[in-house]
Amino acid sequence: MAKSDKTQNPAKGDVQEPGRRDFFVVATYAMAGLGAAAVAWPLIDQLNPAADTLALANIEVDVSKIAVGQSITVKWRGKPVFIRHRTADEIARANATDITGLRDPQDDVARAEKPEYLVLVGVCTHLGCVPLGQKTGEVRGDYDGWFCPCHGSHYDTSGRIRKGPAPTNLEVPPHNYLSDSVIRIG
Amino acid sequence: MSAEKFQNPVVRWIDHRLPVFSMLDHEKYDYPVPKNLNYMWNFGVLAGMALAIMIVTGIVLAMSYTAHVDYAFESVERIMRDVNHGWLIRYIHMNTASFFFIVVYIHILRGLYYGSYKAPRELLWILGVVIFLLMMATAFMGYVLPWGQMSFWGATVITNLFSAIPIVGDSIVTLLWGGFSVDNATLNRFFSLHYLLPFVISGVVVLHIVALHRFGSNNPIGIDASGPQDTISFHPYYTIKDMVGIAVFLLLLAMTVFFFPNAMGHPDNYIPANALQTPAHIVPEWYFLPFYAILRAVPDKLGGVLLMFGAIAVLFILPWLDKSPVRSARFRPLFRIFFWLFLIDAILLGYLGGKPAEGIYVTLSRIATAWYFLHFLVILPLLSMFETTKPLPKSISEPVLGSSGRSA
Amino acid sequence: MLKRIFAAMLACTLAGPAMAASGNVELQRRDWSFSGPFGTFDKAAMQRGFQAYREVCAGCHSLELIAFRNFADLGYNEAEIKAIAAQYDVQDGPNDDGEMFMRPGIAADRIPSPYLNENAARAGNNGALPPDLSLITKARANGPDYLFSLLAGYKEAPEGVTVPEGMHYNAAYPGNLIAMPQPLYGEDVTYSDGANNSVEAISSDLVQFLMWAAEPKMEVRKRIGVAAVFFLSIFLIFSYLAKRRIWADVH
Ligand code: FES
Repeated sequence: MAKSDKTQNPAKGDVQEPGRRDFFVVATYAMAGLGAAAVAWPLIDQLNPAADTLALANIEVDVSKIAVGQSITVKWRGKPVFIRHRTADEIARANATDITGLRDPQDDVARAEKPEYLVLVGVCTHLGCVPLGQKTGEVRGDYDGWFCPCHGSHYDTSGRIRKGPAPTNLEVPPHNYLSDSVIRIG
Repeated sequence: MSAEKFQNPVVRWIDHRLPVFSMLDHEKYDYPVPKNLNYMWNFGVLAGMALAIMIVTGIVLAMSYTAHVDYAFESVERIMRDVNHGWLIRYIHMNTASFFFIVVYIHILRGLYYGSYKAPRELLWILGVVIFLLMMATAFMGYVLPWGQMSFWGATVITNLFSAIPIVGDSIVTLLWGGFSVDNATLNRFFSLHYLLPFVISGVVVLHIVALHRFGSNNPIGIDASGPQDTISFHPYYTIKDMVGIAVFLLLLAMTVFFFPNAMGHPDNYIPANALQTPAHIVPEWYFLPFYAILRAVPDKLGGVLLMFGAIAVLFILPWLDKSPVRSARFRPLFRIFFWLFLIDAILLGYLGGKPAEGIYVTLSRIATAWYFLHFLVILPLLSMFETTKPLPKSISEPVLGSSGRSA
Repeated sequence: MLKRIFAAMLACTLAGPAMAASGNVELQRRDWSFSGPFGTFDKAAMQRGFQAYREVCAGCHSLELIAFRNFADLGYNEAEIKAIAAQYDVQDGPNDDGEMFMRPGIAADRIPSPYLNENAARAGNNGALPPDLSLITKARANGPDYLFSLLAGYKEAPEGVTVPEGMHYNAAYPGNLIAMPQPLYGEDVTYSDGANNSVEAISSDLVQFLMWAAEPKMEVRKRIGVAAVFFLSIFLIFSYLAKRRIWADVH
């Protein structure tokens, strides 16, 4: 069943297809490919966060109402953010820790711009659970910071990993002080 | 037919086990296509392209759409305002729906004019009518999703058609609604089906193509190819000719999407659905208008519904109504006149479907409806009995060689 | 055959939307800066339109789909947007005590509605619901012209037309009797740029602003459109020439 029984031309392979080298033929197929690629972009980009989502990508939080020793949890980009008004004792302990032996060595001053307020993304760096320790009475782990119940990670008063499977410290989200008491996160 | 025809060893290895390349090759080079097809034969490929655009943009829209009466309208507006390029994707989806119908209507008219429904292509034609029906259902349900005023009232009116069925009508309507009016349950099932049906359509399209390839394309002369001198390979001849059609299609689509995106829609659908207030003048999307006119032409509820569905049902038996052995209208002088009369009638019905059902419009609708059925049920059978047709050429090559021809 | 079918299809397509308008309405056709394939919004007019919306319309009409952050399109910078947002009170909550509370708006907030809900809106307006204006120019046939004509269309009722209590005569409104009292009398707002504040001028500014509200992506749409049409035109020419080359040897 060779095609030559049925169709007049062109014998593929042995004879050149007509127009294969022609400028307009090549340009037409090239433009078709280019056009298809251009259309692909909007279809992919629509997967990215939409404008209303991006508009909430940073939030402003007034921390003046948090009593010493208390924490609040705010939602930022769909995740919990812990803001803790630390006691003098907690700050002192965070600073006194010798960081050389830590899994993820980091000074407390590098983690809290103003030592009174510690801002953390409340997501365990192991597999994403939310650690305990925000509310009074909750377990706070061996180092009096936060404790992740999922697989037992202990964080200290600076949110650094001290014990358990988590590989890194609790993340400090990008934030800055708009005034003495207003923090902009994101 | 051996694997040696491929030079690339990977291709050869795969093809030996999974002969997709042989199949492609077969379609490209071995499948004989009459060499005299004019540009009217582009519309099948264009319809396939429209279907592909609808499925791709639709899947993407579904990622941001919320099928709930309280959120649907807003979620569509969010697509228009906040989702990256959402406005573009939605306008393409909206307008390609209309273009899909334009293309399919031309495709159907081409079949009618050149007798493409005649033996041995009856099943090919019937599958096409099935696709058309599925398209109508899909388009109707898609129009409901933005949950604007026209969405809501269109859904109400169309689902109420089924209440015309004696005895069980009301139960069927309740069943369709999943409640006592068009409401959240209705919206959700419509969304589900609107997502499903395009894939069913794709399946029927595959059958449509299988049936087509059994005997190959009809052609403007309507006589079978008598040998290799009458046919050419699909590639590169018809691939490049289809490119021209695709370019025209995309150009017109782009002009509409970018400069008149709402021209084929209705302003009322930018008003959120309100179950307590019907818009002053409700009309379906333009592509349903001829059928809507037939529905309203009949003063009886059940009669109107039956006639409307009959207008499509009659297409199913068309191959047995027109039994003239000559396919192409080119050789049927009387048929040709009646074809154009039918087209005028169909357009008139479309125009009337958009007019209020009062006064002269009702009378005209009745005449046009009567003509529609007369054409299929009386004129075509009579023509096939009494028409004197022109002599047919001996082969496709002959008239093509003889004159530059009428093929566009 | 081809041409005739195309012409027929076109006629059919155009017949669809053409039937939208009806009744004895006087529509004033205007040349808008945003008409046509190269049309753009007039930022200064939109800012004035927003001011007019706020001072004249916002008492009754919500603009629920617009967030303050969208005002970047009007030419406001981030600080100005923050300041505008802060002038609005937005409901938030519930707080830790379970109460809803009011706070100053932020850029991400939508413009708050003047009503708690639809019933409150009706109750405050003799049973008529003032429509949300976010999509109004797209939700009416010939939206921009219609809106302009409506705002400038309040007149004495002609002889023989009785205007019932609570209704008003408007030459552009279908049926001519509208529940909305005349909103503009001229000099209703004082523009900081000293622009004309006649009824026509304010109406025109409002149309600019509301056209943007309904179709905020219009400018980018038209910009991409020009490029797409250009690209596809070349594609059409090339594919046609390529087709002629390939078919040259078919007899
Ligand atoms: S997720 Fe926190 S310890 Fe595993």
